[in-house]
Amino acid sequence: MRPIRYVKCDTTRQAVHAVESTPGAIFFAGGTTLIDLMKLDVMTPQTLVDIRKLPFLDIQMDEKGVHIGANVSNSQLAWDPLICQRYPALSEAILSGATTQLRNMATAAGNIMQRTRCSYFRDVYSSCNKRDPGSGCSAINGINRGHAILGTSKSCIAMYPSDMCTALVIFDANVRIQKRDGSIRRIPLNDFHLLPGDTPNRETVLKHGELITHVDLPHSPFARNSHYLKVRDRASYEFALASAAVAIDLDGNTIRSARIALGGVATKPWRCFDAENELSGRAPTQESFNTTAELALAGANPQKGNKFKIELAKHTLITCLGEVVERIRSLPAERAIA
Amino acid sequence: MAGVSVSQGLVGPGQVEFELHINGKYLTLRVDPRTTLLDALREHLGLTGTKKGCDLGQCGACTVHINGRRVLSCLSLAIAHENDEIKTIEGIADGARLNPIQSAFIECDALQCGFCTPGQIMSALCLIKEASIAIPSYATWNVASPPRLSELSDDEIRERMSGNLCRCGAYPNIVDAIRGFVAAARSR
Repeated sequence: MRPIRYVKCDTTRQAVHAVESTPGAIFFAGGTTLIDLMKLDVMTPQTLVDIRKLPFLDIQMDEKGVHIGANVSNSQLAWDPLICQRYPALSEAILSGATTQLRNMATAAGNIMQRTRCSYFRDVYSSCNKRDPGSGCSAINGINRGHAILGTSKSCIAMYPSDMCTALVIFDANVRIQKRDGSIRRIPLNDFHLLPGDTPNRETVLKHGELITHVDLPHSPFARNSHYLKVRDRASYEFALASAAVAIDLDGNTIRSARIALGGVATKPWRCFDAENELSGRAPTQESFNTTAELALAGANPQKGNKFKIELAKHTLITCLGEVVERIRSLPAERAIA
Repeated sequence: MAGVSVSQGLVGPGQVEFELHINGKYLTLRVDPRTTLLDALREHLGLTGTKKGCDLGQCGACTVHINGRRVLSCLSLAIAHENDEIKTIEGIADGARLNPIQSAFIECDALQCGFCTPGQIMSALCLIKEASIAIPSYATWNVASPPRLSELSDDEIRERMSGNLCRCGAYPNIVDAIRGFVAAARSR
Protein backbone atom coordinates (compact mmCIF):
# COMPACT_ATOMS: atom_id res chain seq x y z
CA MET A 1 0.00 0.00 0.00
CA ARG A 2 1.24 3.50 -0.82
CA PRO A 3 1.92 6.05 1.94
CA ILE A 4 -1.14 8.02 3.06
CA ARG A 5 -2.19 10.94 5.18
CA TYR A 6 -5.08 10.40 7.54
CA VAL A 7 -7.46 12.71 9.35
CA LYS A 8 -10.54 12.14 11.53
CA CYS A 9 -13.33 14.68 11.09
CA ASP A 10 -15.92 15.70 13.68
CA THR A 11 -18.21 17.73 11.43
CA THR A 12 -19.63 17.30 7.94
CA ARG A 13 -18.43 20.77 6.97
CA GLN A 14 -14.90 19.90 8.03
CA ALA A 15 -14.98 16.60 6.13
CA VAL A 16 -16.40 18.05 2.93
CA HIS A 17 -13.91 20.90 3.02
CA ALA A 18 -11.00 18.54 3.69
CA VAL A 19 -11.79 16.37 0.65
CA GLU A 20 -12.80 19.24 -1.63
CA SER A 21 -9.63 21.23 -0.99
CA THR A 22 -7.22 18.32 -1.16
CA PRO A 23 -6.42 16.66 -4.48
CA GLY A 24 -6.17 12.91 -4.00
CA ALA A 25 -8.30 12.97 -0.84
CA ILE A 26 -11.16 10.53 -0.35
CA PHE A 27 -13.84 9.85 2.28
CA PHE A 28 -13.14 6.81 4.45
CA ALA A 29 -15.74 4.91 6.49
CA GLY A 30 -16.08 1.09 6.51
CA GLY A 31 -13.04 0.66 4.29
CA THR A 32 -14.08 -2.74 2.94
CA THR A 33 -13.73 -1.65 -0.69
CA LEU A 34 -11.15 1.08 -0.21
CA ILE A 35 -8.50 -0.77 1.84
CA ASP A 36 -8.88 -3.83 -0.41
CA LEU A 37 -8.34 -1.78 -3.58
CA MET A 38 -5.50 0.25 -2.01
CA LYS A 39 -3.65 -3.01 -1.30
CA LEU A 40 -4.10 -3.97 -4.96
CA ASP A 41 -2.91 -0.48 -6.04
CA VAL A 42 -6.21 0.01 -7.92
CA MET A 43 -7.20 2.98 -5.76
CA THR A 44 -4.35 5.28 -4.81
CA PRO A 45 -5.71 8.08 -2.60
CA GLN A 46 -3.13 10.27 -0.87
CA THR A 47 -5.34 11.36 2.03
CA LEU A 48 -8.07 9.46 3.86
CA VAL A 49 -10.70 11.66 5.50
CA ASP A 50 -12.32 9.52 8.21
CA ILE A 51 -16.04 10.30 8.44
CA ARG A 52 -17.09 7.52 10.81
CA LYS A 53 -17.62 9.99 13.67
CA LEU A 54 -20.11 12.06 11.70
CA PRO A 55 -23.60 11.77 13.18
CA PHE A 56 -25.33 9.81 10.40
CA LEU A 57 -25.74 6.71 12.53
CA ASP A 58 -29.51 6.29 12.87
CA ILE A 59 -32.49 4.87 11.04
CA GLN A 60 -35.41 7.22 11.61
CA MET A 61 -39.01 7.23 10.47
CA ASP A 62 -41.34 10.21 10.04
CA GLU A 63 -44.38 11.04 7.93
CA LYS A 64 -42.25 11.24 4.77
CA GLY A 65 -40.62 7.85 5.12
CA VAL A 66 -37.59 6.09 6.52
CA HIS A 67 -34.26 7.91 6.66
CA ILE A 68 -31.08 5.86 6.79
CA GLY A 69 -27.90 7.58 7.96
CA ALA A 70 -24.89 7.18 5.67
CA ASN A 71 -22.82 5.61 8.46
CA VAL A 72 -25.42 3.01 9.45
CA SER A 73 -23.66 -0.34 9.07
CA ASN A 74 -25.03 -2.90 6.63
CA SER A 75 -25.72 -5.23 9.61
CA GLN A 76 -27.58 -2.56 11.55
CA LEU A 77 -29.74 -1.84 8.50
CA ALA A 78 -30.45 -5.48 7.64
CA TRP A 79 -31.28 -6.38 11.26
CA ASP A 80 -33.48 -3.36 11.97
CA PRO A 81 -36.99 -4.61 12.84
CA LEU A 82 -38.56 -1.68 10.98
CA ILE A 83 -36.71 -2.62 7.77
CA CYS A 84 -37.38 -6.36 8.22
CA GLN A 85 -41.11 -5.71 8.58
CA ARG A 86 -41.65 -2.87 6.11
CA TYR A 87 -38.97 -3.44 3.46
CA PRO A 88 -38.08 -7.16 3.72
CA ALA A 89 -36.39 -7.25 0.29
CA LEU A 90 -33.88 -4.67 1.53
CA SER A 91 -32.99 -6.76 4.57
CA GLU A 92 -32.78 -9.93 2.46
CA ALA A 93 -30.63 -8.24 -0.20
CA ILE A 94 -28.12 -6.95 2.34
CA LEU A 95 -27.99 -10.29 4.17
CA SER A 96 -27.34 -12.06 0.85
CA GLY A 97 -24.18 -10.03 0.32
CA ALA A 98 -20.72 -10.60 1.82
CA THR A 99 -20.53 -11.91 5.41
CA THR A 100 -21.43 -10.73 8.91
CA GLN A 101 -17.87 -9.47 9.44
CA LEU A 102 -17.97 -7.34 6.27
CA ARG A 103 -21.55 -6.16 6.87
CA ASN A 104 -20.55 -5.04 10.39
CA MET A 105 -17.88 -2.82 8.83
CA ALA A 106 -19.50 -1.61 5.59
CA THR A 107 -21.79 1.44 5.72
CA ALA A 108 -24.96 2.29 3.80
CA ALA A 109 -23.23 4.99 1.75
CA GLY A 110 -20.16 2.82 1.25
CA ASN A 111 -22.31 0.01 -0.12
CA ILE A 112 -23.71 2.41 -2.76
CA MET A 113 -20.16 3.52 -3.63
CA GLN A 114 -18.68 0.00 -3.86
CA ARG A 115 -16.64 -0.72 -6.98
CA THR A 116 -17.04 -3.48 -9.54
CA ARG A 117 -15.57 -6.95 -8.95
CA CYS A 118 -14.35 -7.17 -12.61
CA SER A 119 -11.07 -9.08 -12.30
CA TYR A 120 -9.43 -6.90 -14.96
CA PHE A 121 -10.38 -3.75 -13.05
CA ARG A 122 -8.83 -5.30 -9.92
CA ASP A 123 -5.61 -6.27 -11.75
CA VAL A 124 -3.39 -3.26 -12.50
CA TYR A 125 -1.49 -5.22 -15.19
CA SER A 126 -4.64 -5.54 -17.35
CA SER A 127 -6.13 -2.93 -19.66
CA CYS A 128 -9.22 -1.32 -18.13
CA ASN A 129 -11.04 1.79 -19.28
CA LYS A 130 -12.62 2.22 -15.86
CA ARG A 131 -9.32 2.20 -13.96
CA ASP A 132 -7.11 3.67 -16.71
CA PRO A 133 -9.26 5.57 -19.27
CA GLY A 134 -8.32 4.86 -22.89
CA SER A 135 -6.32 1.72 -22.12
CA GLY A 136 -9.00 -0.62 -23.51
CA CYS A 137 -11.24 -3.31 -22.05
CA SER A 138 -9.70 -6.71 -21.34
CA ALA A 139 -13.07 -8.18 -20.36
CA ILE A 140 -14.85 -7.86 -23.71
CA ASN A 141 -12.61 -10.48 -25.32
CA GLY A 142 -11.54 -12.04 -22.05
CA ILE A 143 -13.08 -14.14 -19.32
CA ASN A 144 -16.45 -12.45 -18.95
CA ARG A 145 -18.66 -15.04 -17.30
CA GLY A 146 -19.50 -12.71 -14.40
CA HIS A 147 -19.89 -9.52 -16.43
CA ALA A 148 -22.91 -7.41 -17.32
CA ILE A 149 -25.37 -8.05 -20.15
CA LEU A 150 -27.47 -4.90 -19.62
CA GLY A 151 -26.28 -1.29 -19.80
CA THR A 152 -22.93 -2.23 -21.32
CA SER A 153 -20.88 -0.20 -23.80
CA LYS A 154 -17.96 -0.77 -26.16
CA SER A 155 -15.72 0.61 -23.42
CA CYS A 156 -16.87 -1.39 -20.42
CA ILE A 157 -18.98 -4.39 -19.43
CA ALA A 158 -18.21 -4.31 -15.69
CA MET A 159 -21.05 -5.54 -13.48
CA TYR A 160 -22.23 -3.32 -10.63
CA PRO A 161 -22.26 -5.67 -7.64
CA SER A 162 -24.44 -4.15 -4.88
CA ASP A 163 -27.30 -6.35 -3.70
CA MET A 164 -28.50 -3.56 -1.41
CA CYS A 165 -28.96 -1.07 -4.28
CA THR A 166 -30.90 -3.61 -6.35
CA ALA A 167 -33.48 -3.67 -3.54
CA LEU A 168 -33.29 0.08 -2.82
CA VAL A 169 -34.23 1.06 -6.39
CA ILE A 170 -37.55 -0.81 -6.24
CA PHE A 171 -38.44 1.31 -3.19
CA ASP A 172 -37.70 4.58 -5.08
CA ALA A 173 -34.88 5.44 -2.67
CA ASN A 174 -33.31 8.89 -2.82
CA VAL A 175 -29.69 9.71 -2.06
CA ARG A 176 -29.20 12.84 0.06
CA ILE A 177 -25.96 14.63 -0.73
CA GLN A 178 -24.17 17.44 1.10
CA LYS A 179 -22.79 19.73 -1.61
CA ARG A 180 -19.52 21.61 -1.35
CA ASP A 181 -21.31 24.92 -0.63
CA GLY A 182 -23.10 23.32 2.34
CA SER A 183 -26.47 22.94 0.59
CA ILE A 184 -28.27 19.64 0.18
CA ARG A 185 -29.35 17.93 -3.02
CA ARG A 186 -31.46 14.80 -3.42
CA ILE A 187 -31.11 12.38 -6.30
CA PRO A 188 -33.16 9.26 -7.02
CA LEU A 189 -30.85 6.28 -6.51
CA ASN A 190 -31.96 5.13 -9.96
CA ASP A 191 -30.21 8.21 -11.43
CA PHE A 192 -27.21 8.18 -9.10
CA HIS A 193 -25.04 5.66 -10.97
CA LEU A 194 -24.00 6.42 -14.53
CA LEU A 195 -23.99 4.05 -17.47
CA PRO A 196 -20.41 3.37 -18.60
CA GLY A 197 -20.77 4.82 -22.13
CA ASP A 198 -17.42 6.20 -23.28
CA THR A 199 -16.42 7.24 -19.74
CA PRO A 200 -16.66 4.15 -17.49
CA ASN A 201 -14.25 5.87 -15.08
CA ARG A 202 -17.15 8.17 -14.14
CA GLU A 203 -19.40 5.96 -12.03
CA THR A 204 -21.77 8.31 -10.18
CA VAL A 205 -23.09 11.86 -10.28
CA LEU A 206 -21.04 12.79 -7.17
CA LYS A 207 -18.50 15.56 -7.57
CA HIS A 208 -15.17 15.53 -5.71
CA GLY A 209 -15.94 16.60 -2.13
CA GLU A 210 -19.67 15.89 -2.23
CA LEU A 211 -20.78 13.58 0.58
CA ILE A 212 -23.71 11.18 0.87
CA THR A 213 -25.35 11.84 4.25
CA HIS A 214 -28.57 9.78 4.05
CA VAL A 215 -30.60 7.37 1.99
CA ASP A 216 -34.30 8.27 2.12
CA LEU A 217 -36.99 5.65 1.56
CA PRO A 218 -40.49 6.97 0.90
CA HIS A 219 -43.37 5.11 2.56
CA SER A 220 -44.62 2.49 0.17
CA PRO A 221 -48.02 0.83 0.40
CA PHE A 222 -46.70 -2.55 -0.67
CA ALA A 223 -42.99 -2.54 0.24
CA ARG A 224 -43.97 -5.17 2.84
CA ASN A 225 -44.75 -7.51 -0.05
CA SER A 226 -41.21 -7.55 -1.36
CA HIS A 227 -38.56 -10.21 -1.80
CA TYR A 228 -34.95 -10.56 -2.99
CA LEU A 229 -33.61 -13.70 -4.65
CA LYS A 230 -29.93 -14.19 -5.47
CA VAL A 231 -28.38 -16.90 -7.67
CA ARG A 232 -24.64 -17.57 -7.53
CA ASP A 233 -21.90 -20.20 -7.69
CA ARG A 234 -21.88 -20.78 -3.91
CA ALA A 235 -24.74 -20.77 -1.40
CA SER A 236 -23.17 -17.90 0.54
CA TYR A 237 -20.39 -15.30 0.46
CA GLU A 238 -20.42 -14.80 -3.32
CA PHE A 239 -21.51 -12.10 -5.72
CA ALA A 240 -24.64 -12.61 -7.80
CA LEU A 241 -24.66 -14.17 -11.26
CA ALA A 242 -28.24 -12.95 -11.32
CA SER A 243 -30.58 -11.56 -8.71
CA ALA A 244 -34.04 -10.05 -8.58
CA ALA A 245 -35.78 -7.63 -6.23
CA VAL A 246 -39.55 -7.60 -6.51
CA ALA A 247 -42.48 -5.94 -4.76
CA ILE A 248 -46.09 -6.68 -5.66
CA ASP A 249 -49.39 -5.02 -4.80
CA LEU A 250 -51.82 -7.92 -5.06
CA ASP A 251 -55.58 -7.43 -4.99
CA GLY A 252 -57.18 -10.85 -4.88
CA ASN A 253 -55.92 -12.46 -8.07
CA THR A 254 -54.95 -9.23 -9.80
CA ILE A 255 -51.59 -7.46 -9.64
CA ARG A 256 -52.40 -3.80 -9.12
CA SER A 257 -48.80 -2.69 -9.37
CA ALA A 258 -45.32 -4.20 -9.37
CA ARG A 259 -41.71 -3.10 -8.82
CA ILE A 260 -38.87 -5.05 -10.38
CA ALA A 261 -35.08 -4.68 -10.45
CA LEU A 262 -32.29 -7.00 -11.51
CA GLY A 263 -28.82 -7.41 -10.01
CA GLY A 264 -25.70 -9.26 -11.09
CA VAL A 265 -26.43 -8.64 -14.78
CA ALA A 266 -26.14 -4.87 -15.29
CA THR A 267 -23.66 -2.03 -15.12
CA LYS A 268 -25.79 -0.18 -12.50
CA PRO A 269 -28.81 -1.00 -10.31
CA TRP A 270 -31.30 -2.10 -12.97
CA ARG A 271 -34.93 -1.11 -12.57
CA CYS A 272 -37.23 -2.77 -15.16
CA PHE A 273 -40.05 -0.29 -15.83
CA ASP A 274 -41.39 -2.03 -18.97
CA ALA A 275 -41.61 -5.33 -17.14
CA GLU A 276 -43.43 -3.64 -14.25
CA ASN A 277 -46.00 -2.12 -16.60
CA GLU A 278 -46.54 -5.48 -18.25
CA LEU A 279 -47.52 -7.04 -14.91
CA SER A 280 -50.01 -4.42 -13.74
CA GLY A 281 -53.59 -5.55 -14.17
CA ARG A 282 -52.52 -9.15 -14.87
CA ALA A 283 -53.07 -12.25 -12.78
CA PRO A 284 -49.97 -13.71 -11.08
CA THR A 285 -49.60 -16.69 -13.42
CA GLN A 286 -46.64 -18.51 -14.92
CA GLU A 287 -47.59 -17.04 -18.28
CA SER A 288 -47.62 -13.41 -17.11
CA PHE A 289 -44.33 -13.96 -15.23
CA ASN A 290 -42.74 -15.43 -18.38
CA THR A 291 -43.80 -12.44 -20.50
CA THR A 292 -42.52 -10.07 -17.81
CA ALA A 293 -39.14 -11.82 -17.71
CA GLU A 294 -38.84 -11.68 -21.53
CA LEU A 295 -39.40 -7.92 -21.40
CA ALA A 296 -36.94 -7.42 -18.53
CA LEU A 297 -34.13 -9.05 -20.54
CA ALA A 298 -35.18 -7.72 -23.97
CA GLY A 299 -32.24 -5.33 -24.23
CA ALA A 300 -29.58 -7.81 -23.17
CA ASN A 301 -26.27 -7.71 -25.03
CA PRO A 302 -24.20 -10.68 -23.87
CA GLN A 303 -20.58 -11.63 -24.53
CA LYS A 304 -19.18 -15.05 -25.35
CA GLY A 305 -18.86 -16.07 -21.71
CA ASN A 306 -22.09 -14.77 -20.22
CA LYS A 307 -24.89 -15.65 -22.67
CA PHE A 308 -26.22 -18.03 -20.01
CA LYS A 309 -27.10 -15.03 -17.85
CA ILE A 310 -30.08 -14.15 -20.06
CA GLU A 311 -31.90 -17.40 -19.25
CA LEU A 312 -30.57 -17.40 -15.67
CA ALA A 313 -31.85 -13.87 -15.01
CA LYS A 314 -35.26 -14.65 -16.53
CA HIS A 315 -35.68 -17.70 -14.33
CA THR A 316 -34.39 -15.84 -11.27
CA LEU A 317 -37.03 -13.17 -11.83
CA ILE A 318 -39.81 -15.69 -12.53
CA THR A 319 -38.91 -17.65 -9.37
CA CYS A 320 -38.72 -14.47 -7.29
CA LEU A 321 -42.16 -13.36 -8.52
CA GLY A 322 -43.60 -16.76 -7.66
CA GLU A 323 -42.01 -16.69 -4.21
CA VAL A 324 -43.29 -13.23 -3.38
CA VAL A 325 -46.85 -14.21 -4.31
CA GLU A 326 -46.52 -17.36 -2.21
CA ARG A 327 -45.27 -15.27 0.72
CA ILE A 328 -48.08 -12.73 0.44
CA ARG A 329 -50.61 -15.56 0.57
CA SER A 330 -48.94 -17.47 3.41
CA LEU A 331 -47.99 -14.68 5.78
CA PRO A 332 -50.28 -13.07 8.34
CA ALA A 333 -52.59 -10.48 6.87
CA GLU A 334 -50.80 -7.51 8.42
CA ARG A 335 -47.85 -8.04 6.11
CA ALA A 336 -50.02 -8.29 3.04
CA ILE A 337 -52.00 -5.10 3.58
CA ALA A 338 -50.84 -1.55 3.04
CA MET B 1 -1.79 20.51 1.83
CA ALA B 2 -2.22 24.20 2.69
CA GLY B 3 -5.95 24.29 2.00
CA VAL B 4 -6.88 21.79 4.66
CA SER B 5 -8.34 23.54 7.69
CA VAL B 6 -8.25 20.32 9.66
CA SER B 7 -4.48 20.10 9.36
CA GLN B 8 -4.03 19.86 13.13
CA GLY B 9 -5.55 16.39 12.99
CA LEU B 10 -3.80 15.36 9.79
CA VAL B 11 -1.15 12.69 10.35
CA GLY B 12 1.31 10.82 8.15
CA PRO B 13 2.86 9.77 5.98
CA GLY B 14 5.40 8.34 8.42
CA GLN B 15 5.26 7.13 12.01
CA VAL B 16 2.39 8.15 14.28
CA GLU B 17 2.05 7.31 17.96
CA PHE B 18 -1.31 6.32 19.40
CA GLU B 19 -2.96 3.89 21.83
CA LEU B 20 -5.16 0.90 21.18
CA HIS B 21 -7.41 -0.71 23.80
CA ILE B 22 -6.93 -4.45 23.31
CA ASN B 23 -8.18 -7.25 25.58
CA GLY B 24 -8.68 -4.73 28.40
CA LYS B 25 -5.21 -3.18 28.19
CA TYR B 26 -4.04 0.11 26.70
CA LEU B 27 -1.11 -0.55 24.38
CA THR B 28 1.00 2.16 22.76
CA LEU B 29 1.80 1.79 19.11
CA ARG B 30 4.09 3.70 16.75
CA VAL B 31 3.23 2.88 13.13
CA ASP B 32 2.52 4.37 9.73
CA PRO B 33 -1.18 5.35 9.25
CA ARG B 34 -1.61 2.77 6.48
CA THR B 35 -0.87 -0.08 8.94
CA THR B 36 -3.81 -2.45 9.17
CA LEU B 37 -5.10 -3.56 12.54
CA LEU B 38 -4.01 -7.10 11.59
CA ASP B 39 -0.39 -6.04 10.98
CA ALA B 40 -0.44 -3.88 14.11
CA LEU B 41 -1.51 -6.89 16.21
CA ARG B 42 0.87 -9.40 14.65
CA GLU B 43 3.95 -7.35 13.76
CA HIS B 44 3.95 -4.62 16.39
CA LEU B 45 2.13 -5.91 19.47
CA GLY B 46 3.15 -9.58 19.50
CA LEU B 47 -0.46 -10.77 19.34
CA THR B 48 0.01 -13.45 16.68
CA GLY B 49 -3.11 -15.48 17.52
CA THR B 50 -5.00 -13.51 14.89
CA LYS B 51 -4.01 -15.01 11.52
CA LYS B 52 -3.29 -13.51 8.11
CA GLY B 53 -4.91 -15.70 5.46
CA CYS B 54 -5.77 -13.78 2.30
CA ASP B 55 -5.21 -10.22 3.58
CA LEU B 56 -8.01 -9.10 1.22
CA GLY B 57 -11.18 -9.68 3.23
CA GLN B 58 -12.01 -13.01 1.63
CA CYS B 59 -11.18 -15.69 4.25
CA GLY B 60 -12.06 -14.54 7.78
CA ALA B 61 -8.83 -15.82 9.43
CA CYS B 62 -8.18 -12.31 10.79
CA THR B 63 -11.57 -11.93 12.53
CA VAL B 64 -11.45 -9.89 15.76
CA HIS B 65 -14.12 -8.07 17.77
CA ILE B 66 -14.39 -4.29 17.71
CA ASN B 67 -16.88 -2.87 20.22
CA GLY B 68 -18.44 -6.32 20.48
CA ARG B 69 -18.92 -6.87 16.74
CA ARG B 70 -16.95 -9.33 14.60
CA VAL B 71 -14.91 -7.57 11.88
CA LEU B 72 -11.96 -8.25 9.58
CA SER B 73 -8.74 -6.78 10.95
CA CYS B 74 -7.04 -7.03 7.52
CA LEU B 75 -9.42 -4.39 6.08
CA SER B 76 -9.27 -2.15 9.18
CA LEU B 77 -6.71 0.58 9.71
CA ALA B 78 -5.24 0.48 13.22
CA ILE B 79 -5.31 4.26 13.53
CA ALA B 80 -9.06 4.35 12.89
CA HIS B 81 -9.69 2.32 16.07
CA GLU B 82 -7.90 4.48 18.63
CA ASN B 83 -10.95 4.78 20.88
CA ASP B 84 -12.52 1.40 20.25
CA GLU B 85 -12.57 -1.72 22.39
CA ILE B 86 -10.71 -4.49 20.55
CA LYS B 87 -10.80 -8.16 21.51
CA THR B 88 -8.61 -10.86 20.00
CA ILE B 89 -8.37 -14.64 20.45
CA GLU B 90 -5.80 -14.02 23.24
CA GLY B 91 -8.47 -12.23 25.28
CA ILE B 92 -11.37 -14.69 25.39
CA ALA B 93 -10.19 -17.30 27.93
CA ASP B 94 -10.57 -16.70 31.67
CA GLY B 95 -6.95 -17.17 32.74
CA ALA B 96 -6.17 -20.86 32.33
CA ARG B 97 -9.87 -21.70 31.86
CA LEU B 98 -10.76 -21.89 28.20
CA ASN B 99 -13.78 -20.09 26.85
CA PRO B 100 -16.61 -22.67 26.52
CA ILE B 101 -16.62 -22.26 22.74
CA GLN B 102 -12.90 -23.13 22.67
CA SER B 103 -13.70 -26.29 24.65
CA ALA B 104 -16.55 -27.10 22.25
CA PHE B 105 -14.15 -26.86 19.27
CA ILE B 106 -11.72 -29.24 21.01
CA GLU B 107 -14.46 -31.70 21.99
CA CYS B 108 -15.83 -31.82 18.44
CA ASP B 109 -12.39 -31.94 16.80
CA ALA B 110 -13.48 -28.85 14.85
CA LEU B 111 -10.11 -28.24 13.22
CA GLN B 112 -7.34 -29.91 11.32
CA CYS B 113 -4.37 -27.60 10.69
CA GLY B 114 -5.80 -24.94 13.02
CA PHE B 115 -4.84 -21.89 10.98
CA CYS B 116 -8.42 -20.67 10.54
CA THR B 117 -9.44 -21.65 14.09
CA PRO B 118 -8.87 -18.32 15.92
CA GLY B 119 -11.04 -16.59 13.30
CA GLN B 120 -13.66 -19.36 13.45
CA ILE B 121 -13.85 -19.06 17.24
CA MET B 122 -14.04 -15.25 17.27
CA SER B 123 -16.78 -15.47 14.65
CA ALA B 124 -18.69 -18.22 16.50
CA LEU B 125 -18.68 -16.16 19.72
CA CYS B 126 -20.44 -13.31 17.93
CA LEU B 127 -22.79 -15.68 16.09
CA ILE B 128 -24.03 -16.84 19.50
CA LYS B 129 -24.33 -13.29 20.80
CA GLU B 130 -26.21 -12.16 17.66
CA ALA B 131 -28.57 -15.14 17.71
CA SER B 132 -29.38 -14.55 21.37
CA ILE B 133 -30.98 -11.22 20.37
CA ALA B 134 -32.73 -12.96 17.41
CA ILE B 135 -31.51 -11.30 14.23
CA PRO B 136 -32.15 -12.71 10.73
CA SER B 137 -29.68 -14.15 8.21
CA TYR B 138 -30.07 -14.91 4.50
CA ALA B 139 -31.08 -18.43 5.56
CA THR B 140 -34.08 -16.99 7.45
CA TRP B 141 -37.29 -17.51 5.45
CA ASN B 142 -39.12 -14.55 6.99
CA VAL B 143 -36.67 -11.84 8.09
CA ALA B 144 -39.38 -10.27 10.27
CA SER B 145 -39.47 -13.44 12.35
CA PRO B 146 -35.86 -14.54 12.96
CA PRO B 147 -35.00 -17.73 14.88
CA ARG B 148 -33.96 -17.64 18.53
CA LEU B 149 -30.59 -19.05 19.58
CA SER B 150 -32.16 -22.37 20.58
CA GLU B 151 -33.92 -22.63 17.19
CA LEU B 152 -30.83 -22.21 14.98
CA SER B 153 -30.85 -24.83 12.22
CA ASP B 154 -27.64 -26.18 10.70
CA ASP B 155 -28.41 -24.11 7.58
CA GLU B 156 -28.58 -21.01 9.76
CA ILE B 157 -25.27 -21.87 11.45
CA ARG B 158 -23.57 -22.48 8.08
CA GLU B 159 -24.87 -19.22 6.61
CA ARG B 160 -23.82 -17.24 9.70
CA MET B 161 -20.33 -18.82 9.65
CA SER B 162 -19.83 -18.41 5.89
CA GLY B 163 -17.32 -15.60 6.41
CA ASN B 164 -14.75 -18.04 7.78
CA LEU B 165 -13.19 -20.38 5.24
CA CYS B 166 -11.48 -23.64 6.25
CA ARG B 167 -9.18 -25.14 3.60
CA CYS B 168 -8.98 -28.42 5.57
CA GLY B 169 -12.76 -28.74 5.34
CA ALA B 170 -13.49 -29.08 9.05
CA TYR B 171 -16.91 -27.50 8.45
CA PRO B 172 -19.10 -30.41 9.65
CA ASN B 173 -17.27 -30.49 12.98
CA ILE B 174 -17.35 -26.70 13.30
CA VAL B 175 -21.14 -26.83 12.86
CA ASP B 176 -21.22 -29.67 15.45
CA ALA B 177 -19.21 -27.56 17.92
CA ILE B 178 -21.53 -24.59 17.59
CA ARG B 179 -24.68 -26.72 17.69
CA GLY B 180 -23.33 -28.51 20.78
CA PHE B 181 -22.45 -25.24 22.46
CA VAL B 182 -25.97 -23.91 21.80
CA ALA B 183 -27.55 -27.09 23.19
CA ALA B 184 -25.33 -27.00 26.29
CA ALA B 185 -26.16 -23.32 26.85
CA ARG B 186 -29.86 -24.17 26.65
CA SER B 187 -29.59 -26.86 29.33
CA ARG B 188 -27.49 -24.70 31.67
